[in-house]
Amino acid sequence: MRETPLSNCEREFILNFIAQQKRLDGRNAYDYRDLRIAFGVSLGCCHVELGKTRVLAQVSCEVGEPKQTRPHDGVLYVNVELSPMACPSFEQGRQSEEGIELSRLMERCLKESRCLDMESLCIVSGEKAWHVRVDIHVLNHEGNILDCASIAAISALAHFRRPDVSVHGEEITIHTLEDRNPVPLSLHHMPLLVSFAFFSQGKFMLVDPSSKEEKVMEGKMVVGMNKHRELCTLQVTGQMLLLKEQVLRCSSIALTKVTKITELIHEALDKDKQARLKGEKHGFAMLVSGDRVTANRLPTTEVKVDTLEISDEMERSQSSSEDGESQSGNEPMEEQIVATPKESAVEILTKGVGVIGEGGTSTWLDIPQADSKQTAAKKRKHKLEKMEEGIDDEGSSEEEEKVILK
Amino acid sequence: MAAPIGRIVLPGDTFSFEQLQPPDEHKKILLGPGLREEKAEIKVLRPGILRFRKPAVYWIDCHHKRYIPAKGDSVIGIVNQKVGDIFRVDIGSSEQASLSYLSFEGSTKRNRPDVKVGDIVYSKLLVANKDMEPEIVCIDSYGRSSGMGVIRNGGFLFHTSLNLARKLLNPQCTLLKCLGNRFQFEISVGVNGRVWVKAGNDVQTIALVNSVIVSEFKDNDQIKEMCKRISKAVVRMEID
Repeated sequence: MRETPLSNCEREFILNFIAQQKRLDGRNAYDYRDLRIAFGVSLGCCHVELGKTRVLAQVSCEVGEPKQTRPHDGVLYVNVELSPMACPSFEQGRQSEEGIELSRLMERCLKESRCLDMESLCIVSGEKAWHVRVDIHVLNHEGNILDCASIAAISALAHFRRPDVSVHGEEITIHTLEDRNPVPLSLHHMPLLVSFAFFSQGKFMLVDPSSKEEKVMEGKMVVGMNKHRELCTLQVTGQMLLLKEQVLRCSSIALTKVTKITELIHEALDKDKQARLKGEKHGFAMLVSGDRVTANRLPTTEVKVDTLEISDEMERSQSSSEDGESQSGNEPMEEQIVATPKESAVEILTKGVGVIGEGGTSTWLDIPQADSKQTAAKKRKHKLEKMEEGIDDEGSSEEEEKVILK
Repeated sequence: MAAPIGRIVLPGDTFSFEQLQPPDEHKKILLGPGLREEKAEIKVLRPGILRFRKPAVYWIDCHHKRYIPAKGDSVIGIVNQKVGDIFRVDIGSSEQASLSYLSFEGSTKRNRPDVKVGDIVYSKLLVANKDMEPEIVCIDSYGRSSGMGVIRNGGFLFHTSLNLARKLLNPQCTLLKCLGNRFQFEISVGVNGRVWVKAGNDVQTIALVNSVIVSEFKDNDQIKEMCKRISKAVVRMEID
């Protein structure tokens, strides 16, 4: 599919706007777009959003022969996939010029900076070594894929854990994930790429160009750096001349950006680790955005139901019981649309069965007669609240029963 | 059971003819985009809302970004190439449309219109079918431009989804009314999802562009609120 051409009016407008030291999305010249880093459920899977540009990186490993020239080292492959999903002008299968440039730069950034300790990937010298592979998939192209991909790749490498290996003489055992905890790769530092776009013969410079700015720019400079001020990559493309001062300025800007992004990566890694330890939700669920085209379609319908006011104490115990018992039953559709005041609404269906809040029906245990309700209510309390509270509220729990029994 | 007009239908849903039309009326049913007749049934091809208009027109309103040419549509295209005596124009469809240099107002073989590569043209589709290249013109059947032609003098072009473009073209469009009360601007909207805006200055233009893009996921009250906020913000920016 052919790329949409840039019209003259867009080009003129953007150049004019940049000359006024403004950008289309309201950013300042040296601002990045919003950066979001998320990790998948599997190890070594990282999804990075830079504005609307989205990149997914997945690290995998297998055991193979090391290269003959470097028998003590493992092997690192870097692969960048530009699919038509990201941008219709990208073709499937065939690597475009842009794709080759991208993967070469990524390779230079990751391999030649020696951020990954290759020797630690060796199992038996000259015979067996880990082959680590970083697959980078561009999911959406809204400009500056490169920075986004470098963040995704390095975060994925930091997130990845390979299976543990033990060597006893001739025997090599690769332990399963259940057998032994997988080990992280040893990353020495985190090289990141920062792109600068230049306009009007290098007069104006922008960090993190969007796709429209990329189409208009005259030249581009990519600075690869880590937070220790070590320059890993430098590349200048386009038809322009740069002054020495400008290169130095770019590198100092790159440093501040890299320090900030590295912090963000560590933060995201920590958060993911904590969530995993606690067994909380992790993965990509949080990335789902709530934009809905049909958001305003169906108006909520008001349905009259029998409601009665309940005391605060009551509400507390009820709302806490909601997640316990009430989810068991499935309600029919009409029930869910019911718009009753949320804070204190109890719908009585039949004796002993009630709907609380927006959950499903809750049924109390079938213990005969008056005492039964009291014990059931107590049971709930003991289960969901602290012991001492349950004993303290002895008096008020009787008040509850009155309400329920009505 | 009657057809679920105004509700969401999904591809693969089928209706019988009786469902779409009560048996006592015998009008021709007209099927619009997203619906197809197949083996004495009507099949849904797109996910979206089933719409109906009197007397018996049915179509499906769905979220779309890719434009499919239809005869008579007014579109905004970008001139991509000059080949002999036609221009190749990108209108967002799978194939580029052709535009003859004679189909401008007042152009003759001697007097060629001043169109450069990269210019944007507001035009109407003359030929659109699945086997042929779409053809666009910038004149009506009387040979007058009637508002069509090359759009010049600055402004900004941007892309939206097709629904949003149709929403803007609705005469009762809240967004344009609200914005019109607060700003002075020119706008032209093509049904291919391209919108060109020009306001008094660049800041205003960008404010308009952003408000149009953002309005897709807002309802009318939110749009009014947003217009108020944006006009305040623009005034503040202009003072700075």
